[in-house]
Amino acid sequence: MSKDNQLLEELTSREYEHGWNVALETDSAPKGLNEDIVRFISERKNEPEWMLEWRLKAFRLWSKMTEPKWPNVTYPAINYQDIIYYSAPKQSAKPKNLEDVDPELIKTFEKLGISLTEQKRLTGVAVDAVIDSVSVATTFKEKLGELGIIFCSFSEAVREHPDLIKKYLGSVVPMSDNYFAALNSAVFSDGSFCYIPKGVRCPMELSTYFRINAANTGQFERTLIVAEEGSYVSYLEGCTAPMRDENQLHAAVVEIYAMKDAHVKYSTVQNWYPGDKEGKGGIYNFVTKRALCAGDNSKVSWTQVETGSAITWKYPSCVLKGDNSSGEFYSVAVTNNLQQADTGTKMIHIGKNTKSRIVSKGISAGRSQNSYRGQVHIMKRAEGSRNFSQCDSLLMGDQCGAHTFPYIDVENSTSKVEHEATTSKIGEDQIFYCQQRGIDEESAVALIVNGYAKEVLNQLPMEFAVEAQKLLALTLEGSVG
Amino acid sequence: MLSITNLQAKIGDKQILNGINLEVKPGEVHAIMGPNGSGKSTLASVLAGREEYEITGGEVTYNGKDLLEFSPEDRAREGVFLAFQYPVEIPGVSTINFMKTAVNQIRKYRGQETLDAVSFLGLMKEKMKLVEIDQSLLNRSLNEGFSGGEKKRNEIFQMAMLEPKLSILDETDSGLDIDALKIVSSGVNKLRNSNNATIVVTHYQRLLEYIVPDFVHVLYKGKIVKSGGKELALELEAKGYDWIKDEVAVA
Ligand SMILES: Nc1ncnc2c1ncn2[C@@H]1O[C@H](COP(=O)(O)OP(=O)(O)OP(=O)(O)O)[C@@H](O)[C@H]1O
Ligand SMILES: [Mg+2]
Repeated sequence: MSKDNQLLEELTSREYEHGWNVALETDSAPKGLNEDIVRFISERKNEPEWMLEWRLKAFRLWSKMTEPKWPNVTYPAINYQDIIYYSAPKQSAKPKNLEDVDPELIKTFEKLGISLTEQKRLTGVAVDAVIDSVSVATTFKEKLGELGIIFCSFSEAVREHPDLIKKYLGSVVPMSDNYFAALNSAVFSDGSFCYIPKGVRCPMELSTYFRINAANTGQFERTLIVAEEGSYVSYLEGCTAPMRDENQLHAAVVEIYAMKDAHVKYSTVQNWYPGDKEGKGGIYNFVTKRALCAGDNSKVSWTQVETGSAITWKYPSCVLKGDNSSGEFYSVAVTNNLQQADTGTKMIHIGKNTKSRIVSKGISAGRSQNSYRGQVHIMKRAEGSRNFSQCDSLLMGDQCGAHTFPYIDVENSTSKVEHEATTSKIGEDQIFYCQQRGIDEESAVALIVNGYAKEVLNQLPMEFAVEAQKLLALTLEGSVG
Repeated sequence: MLSITNLQAKIGDKQILNGINLEVKPGEVHAIMGPNGSGKSTLASVLAGREEYEITGGEVTYNGKDLLEFSPEDRAREGVFLAFQYPVEIPGVSTINFMKTAVNQIRKYRGQETLDAVSFLGLMKEKMKLVEIDQSLLNRSLNEGFSGGEKKRNEIFQMAMLEPKLSILDETDSGLDIDALKIVSSGVNKLRNSNNATIVVTHYQRLLEYIVPDFVHVLYKGKIVKSGGKELALELEAKGYDWIKDEVAVA
């Protein structure tokens, strides 16, 4: 057996670490989607009338839309009437503090490695934890409150900060944007809202952990970040889901609105259940993430480490409207077994002297398919704009595929676009070199892969980078025979 | 320490090693010379455990153990070191990080405590002096964009870090300027003691003026066809390989 084939074997034999589910009592909607379900969700969440109207409008739009077929992924048709659109852990009353939270939930978080109590005490990371559909605990709220920072669940924001929500909800990703965004707008369950006032630098990383627990539930979170003039925030999102036989749908929307001189960093480590070796189960991850750099000199950076999901369809994008605004996209996407990923970014340059930078590192193993899809569009009035794109693919074995679909459109002559792409294979000579120094094959692969992804991993906040490195190593775990 | 008997190896359909015999004792330095393509690097790779080569016959005993039974990483952990003729680039991984992983995996294998950052750095500083290598080089991605000479010096730095029992230096002199050759050779000499042994593969007598061999062997068509003392290297330098080829043809 050649080295590559051995690696292939290793990769296919690796297990999903977060595959367990906690027996939580849930309050669920019946299967299917219609206006009554939308009303059910809105009612369960005690939403005001305007919110219900907004959802219904989105539902009606969605009913007339068709699922996009252009991504380089294949999957059996999704039966949208066979999905449960709302599922919440049952609780008597809303918890006032961590001590009131269902101990089963706390156990869940501990299994995930995020003990909220620990987090609260030690790390200075504020966590808004979303399990299934309801945000159960929000820490550090008071401390952030002193600075005027709002960081809460989406439902709470709808109740407590309706003016902000009305103003910004759908302002970056309109409900009509695409099929999955429309679906999310109709049925979104919960998510996070974050508001950083003018001139405030958020003193800690804000973090949300998403996890899909109940069987057959789609998760539809909604995240909205509004960064006022001259503010700064770094936002972290981590995802895992338990093992299931059926595929689960996940269609999230993230909107970032950045005013003049604001800077938002958004980092994701995505580890949704990828399905088993035969491709059974796993998450369908159809996510719309977009940032609007509305003000001059504003800046948004997306960093993502994508290791999970059966299917990933995701293009965190930046609309560079303000002059001198800049957008960055750093991505590592690992696919393995029968996973399929079609991911990348869109950089839309509207303002003058806008800059964008794209660094995409794909790693394909097993029989997986990994596609980078990126659009750089420099509009006529975006004079003096710049884009640099670097798209690398690393192949492990010879049964996987890596694809690159760059779309470049420059409408003026003063702008400059650079695109570099490479495809490489993990070299047997690299692995042998490591082994000759006493490093076993598994560690050698982890070392090489982490080196390959370094430029992206370096963008992550310290604790997250360590986690991401471990995750990459874990993805490549399994001993060589 | 190392005993090679009738070693034969091939890659694909191509037979490269045709019955090598070599005996190396602790404290000795053996030089292997021979024309291009004669199988010198292949011998080194086979000893280090490169799996592409198929062993078709013979035995290799290393410190009383069957070397060919060990995985490549275990050979390294048992003290076999190969300074590569063409060191490999690993983007994004610094020599420091690489060596830290290597040193600690070797220590674990030997049942020693792994080194913390401080002691590792201490060890590194000490070994850096030995080959006069700059830390800025060690912070960069391993071998990426290194000059030919820098790569070779880095190999010997790694050798110093790992303190092997059997070192095989495959054309470590090629690409080194005259000053670097002296520095690297003196590094190798300082690492020598009565418990370790060195095999140097080279084309040039000059290296052997600095690293003085106890034995010189000529490898030709996958066989050691002549062995002698250090004066054999001088003879080869003066006369080339034709006379040896003729001898082989006659025999
Ligand atoms: N992977 C391989 N595939 C095919 N042939 C190979 C391979 N590796 C080595 N060979 C062949 O084996 C023979 C010996 O090669 P080797 O590299 O061992 O020679 P060498 O003595 O080290 O030469 P040099 O002095 O040029 O370094 C050569 O003819 C070479 O082409
Ligand atoms: Mg050679």
